Amino acid sequence: MSSINWFKYASPPTFYPLAGRLAPLFGVLAVVLMVVGLYLSFFVAPTDYKQGEGYRIMFIHVPAAWMSMFIYLVMAMWAAIGLAFKTRVSAMMSQALAPTGAMFTFLALWTGALWGKPMWGAWWVWDARLTSELILLFLYFGFMALHASIDDPRRADKASALLALVGAVNIPIIYYSVQWWNTLHQGASISPGAAPSMTSIMLTTLLIMTAACWSYAIAVVLSRVRSIILERERNTDWVASVVGPDNRGGRG
Amino acid sequence: MKPRHKRLAFIVGGLVAIAIAATLVLKALEGNLAYFFSPSDIVANKAPVDHTMRLGGLVKKGTVKREGLTVRFDVTDNAETVSVSYTGILPDLFQEGQGVVAQGRMRSDGVFHAEEVLAKHDETYMPPEVAAALEKAEQANSSVAQPAL
Repeated sequence: MSSINWFKYASPPTFYPLAGRLAPLFGVLAVVLMVVGLYLSFFVAPTDYKQGEGYRIMFIHVPAAWMSMFIYLVMAMWAAIGLAFKTRVSAMMSQALAPTGAMFTFLALWTGALWGKPMWGAWWVWDARLTSELILLFLYFGFMALHASIDDPRRADKASALLALVGAVNIPIIYYSVQWWNTLHQGASISPGAAPSMTSIMLTTLLIMTAACWSYAIAVVLSRVRSIILERERNTDWVASVVGPDNRGGRG
Repeated sequence: MKPRHKRLAFIVGGLVAIAIAATLVLKALEGNLAYFFSPSDIVANKAPVDHTMRLGGLVKKGTVKREGLTVRFDVTDNAETVSVSYTGILPDLFQEGQGVVAQGRMRSDGVFHAEEVLAKHDETYMPPEVAAALEKAEQANSSVAQPAL
């Protein structure tokens, strides 16, 4: 294992075909898991004793919220690797992760509002959990906007990587907000080192939906990073040999 | 030390510095980040007087009284209790023993006059049959009055 040269995969010509092989696999996996997960969510998981049918939105709300935080950590990790080791694919990976992370953050906030209105009686409250999650959405937007506003891709990578790293401090705040402060948002049903406070079929459904979101995120991010690689390496010989010299587009 | 190790050390050091800064900021803001005050906070005079604020806790069983559209109930954190009066529509989840967060202000009569009442549910999810069985078991336990373990 230790003989694997990881830097090999940091090179776009090696990573591009690898991502091309993996993306469809995870795409198919995402569809299968999503179909099974949604079926369990709507037809198999039992009604909740207190919230009735309304609690079922949890099966998309919770995976989306988990993904929003986890993708940010992965994005920040790639940003750090890119800063430290100057590997080309790392910065492209963090650039590719941002839109998917922002989408999951928006989904978590939106489904949370739909859930909050019937249960709490409010679409939105400024408690610590909701506010820190909204800040996460702005961090994703800021990352993408900063990257897009600098023309030189290398400088854009550096500046946005710094933003991603500084913003990572928000993730533990989101996660522990419900423990540290009084919030309207309830605590975690599933946390490391504690028995989950939901029936096992609900837990299974939730985990399958989470796996579906994972597969979706991997498939989409790998496809997106392939586009980014092609765009940013368009003047190289290997791209010419992959797409043919006449298909490389104008600006070159 | 190779340059890339230097950069890595710089990043790790920077992250630690940011984490420390964030901890200090959150520590300083501690009181202001709470969404609501508990009845104990109010009894201990930690909550602002003559100021709109939020009170959170459980609706004490057997205290909900309705007079037309006005509802009176006690909010407790199992240590202290505060009386609340509210005129308006309550969320569906509102019931005795359930968590609530009420926004309003303390009046001189010692009653908290709420302008808005939100329901707070916990993180437990289970089918109604399981909940019924649990409640039954609890009632059986308390009526038999078993000796403490």
